[in-house]
Amino acid sequence: MTERSGALEIRGLSARYGPVTALDAVDIHANPGRITAVLGANGAGKTTLLRTISGLVRGSDGSVLLGGRDLTGAPAETIARAGIAHVPEGRGVITELTVEENLRLGALLGTARRGSAGRGRLDEVYDMFPALGDRRRREAHSLSGGERQMLVIGRALLSEPEVLLLDEPSLGLAPRVVAQLFALIRDLVDSEGLTVLLVEQNARSALSIADTGFVLNLGRVVAAAGAAELAADDDLRHAYLGF
Amino acid sequence: MQQFVNFTLGGLSQGAIYAAFALALVLIWRATRIINFAQGAMAMFTTYLALTLIESGLSYWAGFAAALAGGLVLGALVERVVMRPVEGGPELNAVIVTLGLFVAFQALAAILFGATFQSFPAPFGLRGFTVGEMTIAFTPFSVFVIASVVVVMLALTALFRFTDLGLRMRASAFSQEVSRLLGVRVGRMLTLGWALAAVVGSLAGLLIAGGNLVHPAYMDAVIVYGFVAAVLGGLESPGGAVAGGLIIGLALSYVSGYLGSELVTLAALAILVAVLLVRPRGLFSRVAARRV
Amino acid sequence: MRTLPRRFVPRSLLLRNLLGVLAGLVVVVLVLETTSPFRNSQLATMSYYAIAAAGLTVLTGLNGQISLGHGALMAVGAYTTALLLEGDAVPFSLAMLVAAAVTALVGILVGAAASRLHGPYLAGATLALAVGVPGLAIYFDGLLGGEQGLSVRSPRPPDWFADAHYFVTAGDLSSAKYLAYIGWLTLLLVILLLANLMASRFGRVWRAVRDDEVAAELAGLRLGRLRVLAFVVSAACAGLAGAVLAMVVRLAAPSGFTIVLSLSLLTAVVVGGLGSIAGALLGSALLVFLPPAVTNLGTGAGLTGVQAAQLAPLVYGVVLVVVMLLAPGGAMGLLRRFWRRGINQGGSR
Repeated sequence: MTERSGALEIRGLSARYGPVTALDAVDIHANPGRITAVLGANGAGKTTLLRTISGLVRGSDGSVLLGGRDLTGAPAETIARAGIAHVPEGRGVITELTVEENLRLGALLGTARRGSAGRGRLDEVYDMFPALGDRRRREAHSLSGGERQMLVIGRALLSEPEVLLLDEPSLGLAPRVVAQLFALIRDLVDSEGLTVLLVEQNARSALSIADTGFVLNLGRVVAAAGAAELAADDDLRHAYLGF
Repeated sequence: MQQFVNFTLGGLSQGAIYAAFALALVLIWRATRIINFAQGAMAMFTTYLALTLIESGLSYWAGFAAALAGGLVLGALVERVVMRPVEGGPELNAVIVTLGLFVAFQALAAILFGATFQSFPAPFGLRGFTVGEMTIAFTPFSVFVIASVVVVMLALTALFRFTDLGLRMRASAFSQEVSRLLGVRVGRMLTLGWALAAVVGSLAGLLIAGGNLVHPAYMDAVIVYGFVAAVLGGLESPGGAVAGGLIIGLALSYVSGYLGSELVTLAALAILVAVLLVRPRGLFSRVAARRV
Repeated sequence: MRTLPRRFVPRSLLLRNLLGVLAGLVVVVLVLETTSPFRNSQLATMSYYAIAAAGLTVLTGLNGQISLGHGALMAVGAYTTALLLEGDAVPFSLAMLVAAAVTALVGILVGAAASRLHGPYLAGATLALAVGVPGLAIYFDGLLGGEQGLSVRSPRPPDWFADAHYFVTAGDLSSAKYLAYIGWLTLLLVILLLANLMASRFGRVWRAVRDDEVAAELAGLRLGRLRVLAFVVSAACAGLAGAVLAMVVRLAAPSGFTIVLSLSLLTAVVVGGLGSIAGALLGSALLVFLPPAVTNLGTGAGLTGVQAAQLAPLVYGVVLVVVMLLAPGGAMGLLRRFWRRGINQGGSR
């Protein structure tokens, strides 16, 4: 998997569900080849942020740029083809398809994006996650929560993205699995220059691997700083991060 | 005994057609959660297209091909123009739109092609094979019916199992959101799904018509049989639709043979109600309960 | 309502509906007395469409159940009436009541099966009913007359009615006019009953079920029974409509109860606006007065009579699609929207 780059620039992004403002002029900059954590309590707007970036939700104002290319308001499939891979929370696996078919969908996108033969790369994912290799012909609904998470991340990597949007990857996983997963994400970023926007409620773990962090509250950015700085700010931790 | 054999053979070839029609319904249901009640009327329309070409002097096969191609275009147009806005909305609205199309196509066909009965040619003989000194209710045309349905099923299976396009179509049917996140152009897949379903529906229309009389309402009962077959198979599964079609074909052939052809539609209704009340997920499902 | 001073409008809903129906009665008499026999018979036709559509709109609009089987239920009412009126022993009013009752019984059966279905499943099952029931008439051709059907003796006006009519209008009571009176009186009665039912506890409960099944079930409502009840009410209306149809058309035959009849009724309630009785009236008027108009247009444009006759169903189909795409609330929905806008602009609230 090749070297990637592409800063994700979010400027003044707003989104509303009917009368409710879910995002209020959010500015976030995700540096290329770095992990940027977006933290905040339930309902802070984190998931809406990712869904607006990936085109599943239409923003009411503001813009989304990938490596300078304006993707604001583009349909989700166009944004995916531009190189933003959104790994949604929980339901990202197509359970009626087999493990291998799920991965093939990612590889198809990778092929479309880069013109490289995506199929051989399935083996790389199976090497990375041996549990998936063992179940490649099984329908994905037979997978455990951890295996599903591996599947969606593996599938996203096969699509050869520039930016990976991860929505609560630790949700429902045992602490040991979370530690492994986060170590893997860190490795991928360091070795391949992937840009990651990591949305987490589990702020402590997220800050432990992130380079920078943004804290959302009620749809607004209330703090932005280096990860270590955020983790050291006691007031902030107590007020918004709960640890 | 000879009667029973004949009813069985007749039921199988009719059942193959119902299977194709049910398959068309299932393809659309899986992708869009819509039952296309206009499927029969659309098939009737393309069959008339074939008839017009054949009567103008072209060969049966030219008409046949034109009807299938017409189905492809018609299915794509219908999805793109009128179904797209109601997909994902209240289920009643989509039902009403397909019913509107049903009435409109039927009336349009009557205006364009006439409301009278017209005979439709068959490409193969309609006289039963003889076994020993017995003539059985199985004709060269029956062979063609079953063969063409089998070919279509194999082609669809190959498309869905072994091709990237088929994978994208299945992914779009199961999860539109995830598919979009994986760069799949879901809208195109849905259009293609409707188009393919309409081709299969058109095939069913041509096969029902072969060697028979057609008129604008000749597919009305087939919608019912195809729907019952699809529900029998669980609505989700192409394999189930095929099995359901064969079962319905056989059951209705026995009812028609032993009780009277007027009762066939009511028998289909009885089967439908029984299935929905006892096994709402169809005969072949592993899970018993679902809201229907 | 804004123009009427508050005190002239009775507080009781029953009274208000009753007043409305009485006003309707006056209008009906005026219209029937001032129009031609041809229009009278058109209005008679409209009355049975409207009776069935009013029942259907309660089912589909209020309770969220679709039925493509109401044409078949009308057939039940029509055949019952035809059988009862054979031999002149039964007064037509009794025949109508029995027709409604028999159809309601069938409605219990159908409704019990239908109460467990929704959306496309219900549509498919009732479609099967619509396509299948006419076959019964052919199967039992000894009793039901086969393809030819049963001819129906139209009721003759009793002397007191003819006398009263002459006394009021000083005109002759034609048979078409008498049948139109029967149809419209029945319709007004049905509207009165349905309007009260819709405003009653049942109406509220039905709406609750339609809007949120789960919440309604959690609130302790028995969904199954409520659905069956809605189906029975609407089946009884279809039965009455069938009875009026049989008397007006003087025939009960399978060809009168095709799937197109069911779909026409659906068109009427969708175009008028699901759940609105006024909408059902409007839609039924469309079913009666639109076909001659478009047929004339068609023959004017050079179509043959047979072709032109198909223009009406073509328009129904197109209208169903267009209404669902552009104005799912139907005509009454549009009116309501303009009405509200008017009120808001007037600033009276």
